Amino acid sequence: MSQERHERADDGSSDEGTSAATGREAPHQQARWYAGDRYEPLSSEKGTETVSVTSSLPDDLTRDELELPDLAEPEVTRHYTRLSQMNYGIDSGPIPLGSCTMKYNPAFTEDVAAHPGNRVHPLRDDDDKQGILHLLYELQETLGAIGGMDAVTLQPPAGAAGEFTGIQVAKAYHEAHGEGSRNEVIVPESAHGTNFASAAMAGYDVVELPSDEDGRVEVEALEAAAGDDTALLMLTNPNTLGLFERSIEEIAEIVHEAGGLLYYDGANLNSLLGKARPGDMGFDIMHFNLHKTFATPHGGGGPGQGPIGVGAALAPYLPTPQVREADGDYETYEPEHSIGRVHEFVGNWLVLVKAYAYILRHGDEGLERVSETAVLNANYLASRIEYEVPYGPFHHEFVASADEDAADVAKAMLDHGVHPPTTKWPEIVDEALMTEPTETESKRRLDDLAAAFDAVAAMDPERLAETPTETTARRIDQAAAARTPRLSWQDL
Amino acid sequence: MPYVTHSEAERSEMLDAVGVADPDDLFDIPDSVRFDDDYGIEAHSERETRAAVGDILDESADLTEFLGGGHYDHYVPSVVDQLSLRGEFLTSYTQYQPEIAQGFLQALFEFQSLVVELTGLGVANCSMYDRATALGEAALLADRVRATDGDRVLVPDDLPDRVRSVLDNYTDGPDIAVDTYPTSGGTVDVDGLADRIDGTTSMVYAATPNARGVLETELDAVGDLAEDHDALFCVGSDAVALSVLEPPAAYGADVVVGDASVLGLPTTYGMGLGLFACREEFLRQVPGRLVGAGEDGADNRAYTLTLQTREQHIRRERATSNICTNQAWLALRAAIHATWLGPDGLVDLAEECVTGIADACERIDALDGFEAPVYDGHHFREALVETDAPADVVDHCRHAGIALRTVEDGGEERLAVCVTDTNRDRVDDLIDALDGYGGGA
Repeated sequence: MSQERHERADDGSSDEGTSAATGREAPHQQARWYAGDRYEPLSSEKGTETVSVTSSLPDDLTRDELELPDLAEPEVTRHYTRLSQMNYGIDSGPIPLGSCTMKYNPAFTEDVAAHPGNRVHPLRDDDDKQGILHLLYELQETLGAIGGMDAVTLQPPAGAAGEFTGIQVAKAYHEAHGEGSRNEVIVPESAHGTNFASAAMAGYDVVELPSDEDGRVEVEALEAAAGDDTALLMLTNPNTLGLFERSIEEIAEIVHEAGGLLYYDGANLNSLLGKARPGDMGFDIMHFNLHKTFATPHGGGGPGQGPIGVGAALAPYLPTPQVREADGDYETYEPEHSIGRVHEFVGNWLVLVKAYAYILRHGDEGLERVSETAVLNANYLASRIEYEVPYGPFHHEFVASADEDAADVAKAMLDHGVHPPTTKWPEIVDEALMTEPTETESKRRLDDLAAAFDAVAAMDPERLAETPTETTARRIDQAAAARTPRLSWQDL
Repeated sequence: MPYVTHSEAERSEMLDAVGVADPDDLFDIPDSVRFDDDYGIEAHSERETRAAVGDILDESADLTEFLGGGHYDHYVPSVVDQLSLRGEFLTSYTQYQPEIAQGFLQALFEFQSLVVELTGLGVANCSMYDRATALGEAALLADRVRATDGDRVLVPDDLPDRVRSVLDNYTDGPDIAVDTYPTSGGTVDVDGLADRIDGTTSMVYAATPNARGVLETELDAVGDLAEDHDALFCVGSDAVALSVLEPPAAYGADVVVGDASVLGLPTTYGMGLGLFACREEFLRQVPGRLVGAGEDGADNRAYTLTLQTREQHIRRERATSNICTNQAWLALRAAIHATWLGPDGLVDLAEECVTGIADACERIDALDGFEAPVYDGHHFREALVETDAPADVVDHCRHAGIALRTVEDGGEERLAVCVTDTNRDRVDDLIDALDGYGGGA
């Protein structure tokens, strides 16, 4: 069936109507990312103008000229509208990227972000920005309750920035307790690459921890690794294979016995809402990915926001400023042993507002339903596809193993109008297809995804390498682009 | 239940397919760490949520701001919202599948091109968090590319504490020392810098406009000093100022960092977009994401994230940075804003940042009890004002609906004033308020 579909596409006809793969109208036919010309000229190709720069400043301070695109508003609008049509977002269809947690972003949060009360300068006096401080305080408290943490800082502007902040806090804690010689951070091999990079950025040696046969932390290996040098163990739970680390209490005990701290990577927190809290599992520090767990738009790669929560012993080391309530008002203060700042102000304010609105909208029951549905959807999709799915039982995501090159599978899935899973990672699984459908996908979309997986599995492997054919651009030779980097229109 | 679309029948069918009676049975969590309590969060309808969040936000005072200090407000044309809020942009993810992300990749490529034109440097990344973290990344870049004996970064003594604190955290891991060099008369003291710089210096940083709002005039001498000592020369600026200022590459900058959110982003409590550009020889050491042009299988031009072997998801602890989620959507907004303004519009906007503060200073200076600006030289958006009791002036103006701030400047407490296109028509109110204070004193 899928071959017939490709032959039609190869004729250059656009196959309107039903998808041969699913027998139903396919999502991409609404998105039409492949429609029309395959290339939109750069705004510079449409016309740059070089202007002589005249200013009241002296000549030796100023440039002679400036060359930039010069388009009237109608052409600016058409240019970026066309670019948007050449792009796929969660509003276009599912994005089941494992560990990225791309769920539908509620439309109303943009109205919350557009409220004029957000337009406040960060250097106002506390008295003059009570609304901002009040919301910061409420969100701090709410995240503390969700994470089972005693104190929260909202400052880090991304998840990885939260990791870095958490590690700096841990380092300050160890130093204050005469344990500054601890120079190692232990990270499981299946962990997010940011864990390794953040630990290295903070000056730590990274010790990689192998997984055991069932895809979880190998407890014996942890016992061997943990010791006087251990500053931190960074753990994602459920891990990137979608598996809950059932030995978490034993793991926490080993790390704490060794004098280390336990760090929770919150990337997968959406599968625990209402069900379990990192603080109750023994984690000392955690970060939240507000843009994942609480569905704020990722905007092509960000902004996100990565608050961290800590236990009481670590609260004095949190970044400054923090917000507290005092006689019904809100004020900022500097924690006693604060590490200082990790962002000039408080990261991506609008993401904080949207996340807070998302949490209020859901309430306790809604949040629990989020994780229940995320987990149901992942397990349902895992049960429906023909590729081998090792390990289990799953939480919010699963990792299938492709019979062929996972990158090829991903490209072929694009022709079925769906965004493919994360590929080739974690490396524990051969040709990994790491899939996280999230709770906002309907059964119908999950069936579409399953049909796309199965149609690709049934394809002649040689044809896979020719895909995609129905997208705006055909397959791009990324290695060639890296060999001769052209990074601006000035290079073209 | 919002945003979950299963009907009860579908839900049952799915539960049957996975072989459980209740979704809760799918949670593989030991009882000992199960959460059996409530968070205590009440659910709200969409209308109620909007009202509740709006009510909280409305608790802030309604003031006309003349604040600045690292967060600047320029008028953002409607077209920026209209276009950037299109769902295909707003709700998209990192461009791991470039064949369905050509639109965003091209917009990021346009942003990089804008930064290359403004800085004169060959390479620009696409979207750091803010100016402070961009400076932190520059110090880490210098540490990687400059094999000096002992690593020492030099920053001016007027670097705001907020920025310095971020830099201190970034330089803590590799044990880079951060030292200051003096300023005098409101600008870099070149002789003072010459006394501080030595063979252990990996980077020298200077900003224009600087923290006092003054445009530096001797950056070529700073660049020469850095070059003589094999230190990187890092210039701080912003996307609007660079539209009229000499491109930093022309006076020897190796790296430019700063603020790009002056395009495309209104005042939003310090949310930012960092600027980062450097010379091509450091290409493989650049932090964050880069978009490159290439060709697709049909020989059409196509864009892709490139040189990813520098990144955390491939190089892990050997990556050039830990950056993953970044500020891509804000880079899109900056690109749209810059394209809408065009070169003439950008130059006009920058010129307004020069004349607006100059005019305001002239009027403030004419008032009894105020001298403005404190420092000679050309100002951009901001200036310091001398007056006897600046904190009292701030208090007085606040009651007139005007937000000002004080800064500590070389041991003196001074008033700071920031004027841009969005508050220039309120300068009359500022003058009235200041005049009222003087009259009452």
